Amino acid sequence: MVKFTLNGEPQELNVPSANPLLWVLRESLELTGTKFGCGIGQCGACMVLVNGQPTRSCQMPISAAEGSEVITIEGLSEKGAHSVQEAWVEEQVPQCGYCQSGQIVSAVALLAANPNPTDEDIDGAMSSNICRCGTYPAIRRAIHRAAGIQRQLASTDDGARGEE
Amino acid sequence: MKDQHGDPIEGRDIGKNLSRRSFVKIGVLAGAGLTLGVSYRVIKGPEAPPTDAVFSPSAFLRIDVDGSITVMVAKSEMGQGVATALPQLVAEELHVPLSQVSFAFAPAHPAYGTAMGGMQLTGGSTSIRDSWFPLCEAGAKARWMLREAAAQRWGLAPDQVQMNEGKALHPDGSKLTYAQLASAAALLDIPKDVPLKGPSEFRVIGTPAPRLDVPAKTTGEAIFGMDAGPSNTRVAVVARSPVFGGVLRAFDSTGALEVQGVDEVVELESGIAVVADGYVAAKEGRDLLTIEWADGEWSTLDDTEISDLLKEAADEDGATVRKEGDIDSVLTSDREQIRAAYTLPYLAHATMEPMNCTAWVRNGQCTVWAPTQFQNAPGLVGGGARQVAAKAAGVSADNTVVHTTFLGGGFGRRAEQDFVREAAELAGKVDGPVKVIWTREDDMQHDFYRPASYHDFSAVLGVDGMPEAWCHRIASQSILQRMVPSWVPDFATNWAGTSDPTSTEGAQDQPYHIPNVRVTYSKVDLPVPVGFWRSVGHTQNAFVVESFIDELADLAGQDPYEYRRELLSEHPRHRAVLDTVAEASEWASPVPGGRARGIAVAESFGSFVAEVAEISIQDGQLHVHKVWCAIDCGMVVNPAIVRAQMESGIVYGLTAALYGRINIQGGRVVQSNFHDYQMLRMRDAPDIEVILLPSQEAPGGVGEPGTPPIAPAVTNAVFALTGQRIRELPIQIV
Repeated sequence: MVKFTLNGEPQELNVPSANPLLWVLRESLELTGTKFGCGIGQCGACMVLVNGQPTRSCQMPISAAEGSEVITIEGLSEKGAHSVQEAWVEEQVPQCGYCQSGQIVSAVALLAANPNPTDEDIDGAMSSNICRCGTYPAIRRAIHRAAGIQRQLASTDDGARGEE
Repeated sequence: MKDQHGDPIEGRDIGKNLSRRSFVKIGVLAGAGLTLGVSYRVIKGPEAPPTDAVFSPSAFLRIDVDGSITVMVAKSEMGQGVATALPQLVAEELHVPLSQVSFAFAPAHPAYGTAMGGMQLTGGSTSIRDSWFPLCEAGAKARWMLREAAAQRWGLAPDQVQMNEGKALHPDGSKLTYAQLASAAALLDIPKDVPLKGPSEFRVIGTPAPRLDVPAKTTGEAIFGMDAGPSNTRVAVVARSPVFGGVLRAFDSTGALEVQGVDEVVELESGIAVVADGYVAAKEGRDLLTIEWADGEWSTLDDTEISDLLKEAADEDGATVRKEGDIDSVLTSDREQIRAAYTLPYLAHATMEPMNCTAWVRNGQCTVWAPTQFQNAPGLVGGGARQVAAKAAGVSADNTVVHTTFLGGGFGRRAEQDFVREAAELAGKVDGPVKVIWTREDDMQHDFYRPASYHDFSAVLGVDGMPEAWCHRIASQSILQRMVPSWVPDFATNWAGTSDPTSTEGAQDQPYHIPNVRVTYSKVDLPVPVGFWRSVGHTQNAFVVESFIDELADLAGQDPYEYRRELLSEHPRHRAVLDTVAEASEWASPVPGGRARGIAVAESFGSFVAEVAEISIQDGQLHVHKVWCAIDCGMVVNPAIVRAQMESGIVYGLTAALYGRINIQGGRVVQSNFHDYQMLRMRDAPDIEVILLPSQEAPGGVGEPGTPPIAPAVTNAVFALTGQRIRELPIQIV
């Protein structure tokens, strides 16, 4: 039995402890937004947040998720309202779309750690995710845009607090 | 009651009857609006599939009781934007904004056979060219009928009714929505011909409308093949012969069956399937099978043997696919010949979503959920997914339903239906729905590869430095020989005298003005499965033609841009994209220190693309900093999608130029996953600037044409920087 929190909801599962988190998400929990791409931790299509850290779910046995907080693409927001998702729509990033859940999760993690990433920072953080459609230029634009949205939200929040 | 052609219409279910009947008549177009220079095959015969829509005057369009407008997209959405661009065509003529339109993927059905020969196929960058007329006409006829319905309701002449933004407008300002008119419109005769808009009237076509599939692709909701199927679907992983042409001799499934979750082990035509309650168990079980393969005659095949065979074949007399002037007397004269040979490797497609297919056979019915590029081809050898699945499952095609999902990349790989065949065969042998999932390793080692090829050039320059003779000898495997044997002349003779346009495209039609030209093709027979890889023959021929012309420019002591330009005086569209990209990249001005630029141009799939790459080399590492791309693809449906496709094609081609090589050893593929078949990543992705040339020409393709020029643009830049001429891909800097 493994217990963890998934997208804010507590989970208790009885699955083989060695099964990768990816397949538990996709098959046992029917959250198919997280994708299988390579199975060897090379492509990032399976990226999820574990305790806030970008994590390749194909490489993480479910037993290692014990007690942790897991967030998948489905748990980022209600109806795609996360600033990174909004930026992805505004920049029209996805083509085939298969890698994009992983790309978005990696970008969320990057911006949480570094709210104003340079192009070099983006290269460093996003080179863990492969896109075969070549959406890299669009992803770069979207990450800068998401940073802008988040800055704006932060200043609005500060302003709102100031008025209280 | 009769329709306007005198055919009786019976019963109350008139909308349905009309919609079926009407499709027969599509294809005769009133030419009041736009006349496109594309070849449009007249669709005749097949009835539209049954519909429960209130109003569906065409198989491509339905309007439901709530007024919702759905365009049936009969092309596969694999990133290239058809699920947006095709609805734009309908919305344009229906006079609705795209935001009021949704899309659904069409079932496999003859009514959607708009591709060559009546196939329902997404390939050859043909989607817009195939769909323009049928979809514009579907929208126009529906709008015509809705206007007629409004006119009758109001007692007006039809031309007194304006149609705008999904509503009919009365001169007095009152309005009727399409939802209010749909059921009345469905009772009307379907017009035979309706005028289509001219380009000056376009309001939706030509706009960078947001993609309809993007929201679902940012939330994880988009359903790909991997995600499709009933909730009780089991998973299978298949063991296939690692050696080309190998056959199963014996196997022991004891170990596999001991894995918790494994249900059964099933022998298939293609190998052995391990069926389990999930992927992990199925794969573990597959890996525990003990299998004896009979490797067959190809178990020692390797790269050296392949490259020797290709070279030998190019040395022999191949089929002449182009001949102009008197090349023999120029080449046999004592004038100096310029010789060069180029070599290109096999390439895997490596779609992000590995191959997979879900199938369920029950009560003589087969249902498949497939990320396929090829749904239907009644009568064609092999057929599309519907025919392939039906045959493999042992049911009739009429009893086979194909649900097309989103495709996690296609690039030509999913034009093959091997993954559908396997799933359907397995589903016919087990109870309940089953999904065959290919591991990345399965996908990489059982692909249909871009053929390896060998190219031998000879040229003679005139006193002005311009080429006077150009001889290009190509050797490679033929793709069409297996796919469409009848398209390969002299198929039965099996060697010289045969040709395959997918091997010679971009070479036999290279545009440079040269008085004496010969292009030959030698078909080589090898067991490596070969297939369509994004831009097909152009991937090899644009590289070699654009490299060799660059060599000639250098030997002539001329600027490579100006040299091409001079030789393209009769090809204004080539020239225009060259000029545009030269201007954008400031070709004539000095390059920043330590960098160099290369240029290339290619026409493919009806579009003209020129690219300039700016590169540097540091510590033996090639860096591509910036790519400029100019495209003339004729009339544009969605410029944002065209730009995205150029970026996409460039990254795809650059990945192959920098890293792409499938090696063969022991009759099998060496590479297995992304650690040894490298992909371009964010840190290596260049800045890309795309310029669309305004054009009123007939539309061309955009999914593939961005790819061909990038490899030669980069290698020509390498030459400009270092003097090293790259004649083999992937690029190795020495």
